Amino acid sequence: MIKDMNWLAVYPELVLLAMACVVAMVDLWVTDPKRTPTYWLTQATLAVVGGMHLLYFDAGFTVYGMQRMMVTDPLGHLLGFFAALAVMITLVYARPYAESREMLKGELFTLSLFSLLGISVMLAANNFLVIYLGLELMSLSLYALTAMRRDHAQSTEAAMKYFVLGALASGFLLYGLSMMYGATGSLDIPKVFNAIATGQLNPTVLALGLVFIVAGLAFKLGAVPFHMWLPDVYHGAPTAVTLLIAGAPKLAAFAMTFRLLVEGLSGVAGDWQQMMMVLAIASMFLGNLAAIAQSNLKRMLAYSTIAQMGFMLLGFTTTVITGNTLSASNGYSSALFYMVTYVFTTLGTFGVVMLLSRQGFESENIDDLKGLAKRNPWYAGVMAIFMFSLAGIPPTVGFYAKLAVLQALITTNVTFYIVVAVLAVLLSLVGAFYYLRLVKVMYFEDPVDTQPIVAASDVRLVLSLNGAAVLVFGILPGGLMALCSQAILKALST
Amino acid sequence: MGLLSLAIWLPIIAGIVLLLVGRDEHANAVRWIALVAAIASFAVTIPLITGFDAGTAAMQFQENLAWIERLNVHYHLGVDGISVWFVLLTAFITIIVVIAAWQVITERVNQYMGAFLILSGIMVGVFSALDGLLFYVFFEATLIPMYIIIGVWGGPRRVYAAFKFFLYTLAGSLLMLIALIFLYFKSGGSFEILTWHKLPLNMNAQTLLFFAFFAAFAVKVPMWPVHTWLPDAHVEAPTGGSVVLAAIMLKLGAYGFLRFSMPIAPDASHAYDWFIIALSLIAVVYIGLVALVQQDMKKLVAYSSIAHMGFATLGFFIFSELGVSGALVQMISHGFVSGAMFLCIGVLYDRVHSREISSYGGVVNTMPKFAAFAVLFAMANCGLPGTGGFVGEWMVILGTVKANFWLGALASTTLVFGAAYTLWMVKRVYFGPVANEDVRALDDINAREFLMLALLAVAVLWMGVYPKPFTDTMHVSVTELLKHVAVSKLN
Repeated sequence: MIKDMNWLAVYPELVLLAMACVVAMVDLWVTDPKRTPTYWLTQATLAVVGGMHLLYFDAGFTVYGMQRMMVTDPLGHLLGFFAALAVMITLVYARPYAESREMLKGELFTLSLFSLLGISVMLAANNFLVIYLGLELMSLSLYALTAMRRDHAQSTEAAMKYFVLGALASGFLLYGLSMMYGATGSLDIPKVFNAIATGQLNPTVLALGLVFIVAGLAFKLGAVPFHMWLPDVYHGAPTAVTLLIAGAPKLAAFAMTFRLLVEGLSGVAGDWQQMMMVLAIASMFLGNLAAIAQSNLKRMLAYSTIAQMGFMLLGFTTTVITGNTLSASNGYSSALFYMVTYVFTTLGTFGVVMLLSRQGFESENIDDLKGLAKRNPWYAGVMAIFMFSLAGIPPTVGFYAKLAVLQALITTNVTFYIVVAVLAVLLSLVGAFYYLRLVKVMYFEDPVDTQPIVAASDVRLVLSLNGAAVLVFGILPGGLMALCSQAILKALST
Repeated sequence: MGLLSLAIWLPIIAGIVLLLVGRDEHANAVRWIALVAAIASFAVTIPLITGFDAGTAAMQFQENLAWIERLNVHYHLGVDGISVWFVLLTAFITIIVVIAAWQVITERVNQYMGAFLILSGIMVGVFSALDGLLFYVFFEATLIPMYIIIGVWGGPRRVYAAFKFFLYTLAGSLLMLIALIFLYFKSGGSFEILTWHKLPLNMNAQTLLFFAFFAAFAVKVPMWPVHTWLPDAHVEAPTGGSVVLAAIMLKLGAYGFLRFSMPIAPDASHAYDWFIIALSLIAVVYIGLVALVQQDMKKLVAYSSIAHMGFATLGFFIFSELGVSGALVQMISHGFVSGAMFLCIGVLYDRVHSREISSYGGVVNTMPKFAAFAVLFAMANCGLPGTGGFVGEWMVILGTVKANFWLGALASTTLVFGAAYTLWMVKRVYFGPVANEDVRALDDINAREFLMLALLAVAVLWMGVYPKPFTDTMHVSVTELLKHVAVSKLN
């Protein structure tokens, strides 16, 4: 009965599952309001899981487990490592913030671990249902986390919106997957791939299913016109949870898109790439233009996320045109690189936002950053690096992310794609305006709030390292780019 | 580590160190460290010129390391006769800027000095990059420190000016980025500028590339009609910022025309030379007239810079050695002269806190030493023989007359307009009876100000009396460039 399980393939997930339960139990005995034992236990778990992913990635093999329901390949492990790292950084930034808002309970840690488990399952999925399972595990944990401040009207409202719209999107996805099953007769990604390749199926059902799948994915990525939830949730959720939503889950969304559309449905890539193109251009337009009008920092960053996701999606649109594997990997790996650098820049941005908040004061408006350079030149400098990176100005890593995607577009040598590239850079010029506005507020204006900024030493250290990483990878981006392209090449060749 | 790397990274690292450890409590130490770093950075560029082989057009002092392997990007540096003087000019002007800020900047001294040192290293990088992407990274990176400099230490409308500066330049250079990636694709995956020079391209591709590069460089130069960011940036920037903008940053754009547009798209350059020449002449004539009516001294010098840079682009696009060399000499001398003019305005502004011409009058009576310098630089600005301003302008006019008499005649009106707006300003500010109590209370320049103006005066006179070292270094590189541009890439 239990044959072909190959437990080795799912060790990181098993460790996460076990430790999530252990953390939940241990926390019952913790009386310390700072939750020190739980916190460090969680961080240790994340470090171990991240380390395991890194070791697996380094070994570079592709193994199937759980009766071929799961796959362990370099792409999944690279993303798994970054996701674990992202959650670690998130928790470092979140702890002081959560503590001053009576949110620092065991649930924060348990649910974070469960959401990472969901992410890991998605990363390793080799079956449509497993992807869905991981997605739901992640989403349900995040819904609950958003609602953690029960007495806070805005958070509760955000949680409701997130839950209702998220459930709708999951429904879309599931509906699409069931049509896929109807058309191809299987839920296994490789079997679906083969079924499409051999062409023994009903194209109408397939196309309809594809539309629903893309809509579900677009919702999770926050691409226009499925972006409505994003500004409200980013704004309403406690900033610590906003960071959990804005960080690691984006990596999962990338993996989900890659597994479903590229590994499963690349036979109909011509169809979904058209949809992606529309989503990408609409997202860049609306995200960049709407972000200008925001005075709330979290909403602005939400719209900026929409625009950035649009830019990232452009990397998915180029690959069929040129045909061969090498240039296909060019497009996907540029999107992967974009996603990874975007996640770590965003983490730092929200880290600074949380740092400026304190007991009874939410630093949410752009004006709250006024004169930061005079209050604390160090944090202002770090934040400026993040802003220039999001705007795509060299020598920060955000520039190379944009470069990689533009390069994938232009090397198709198709006029339409070159026009899209020009459009993309012009829209990122619009984007530069609102990122620069934050730098302006920090550097060119006088502080209103003169309270000293207090930060725990670990937050200070991680934030500085985060800023330094954005700058160092901006000066030496080669290694990370090579890792991304290596992972994508391996994933495409199997 | 090669000399060029040293010239790039020494000021950048010194600047970062100042940013990290500098405090206003020990501002004096910060100033001294900045000065030492600036002098050391200039010192490492001197062997570039003493060891320069003027007999070859090949790139010298080359360094080539793999940088981003996936995209085949190289950290490739090198200078030829066209770029080497700009490297020295950049490092030299940085020393002047540090001296100029000595007593004027009292708040966030470390950030000010750090920003200028970093900016200096980045600009040296632009002039010495031989890899297209490396060039772009340096070219764009200059925006960040300059944005901060204008926005933090600038005048009342500094925020507007800083945004205009940043977004205008970014808009242009993003189109250049597309052009660079397109060339990367066309050349089969190389970012080497020298490979691109040899790359055959059809007319359609050349035209698109030419205009994409034009977007980036015309904004930076700036050429009419995309010049409007410059008067704002100049007026609002602190003195040091104006000096660096006028003396070096404008040259980045003009340098780009020589390094990218002309050799990569020679046929398009020939086909659209009328376009550049027309815009250049509009800059010379129309902007010259605009300068005449300015009330604000900084604005006047800013417009005069646009007119002078119009001369440089005019010299490039008549495709003769006299024109190109003349334009290069003109750019270097303009670096000294415009920098000096902004410093003079700074000296007055520090004392009276006004840039209006009408706030002054008869300054020569209270500041004789300063007035002597100011008049010298004003003369150089209108191209008096014996000063650096004359040599370049004369060469360009000569080249233009050879190409077409009427163009030359139009170009030479700059001598009239230049003299008109500069001398009229000199008359109103420096000569005549003492105009008001502010002017009566003026103290003459101190030793520090004397030193910085004297250094520039020496440079201006040296270029005017003995320009041979400059033209000799350029000669072979310029002729090779023109030979290359004369050969069509179409077949």
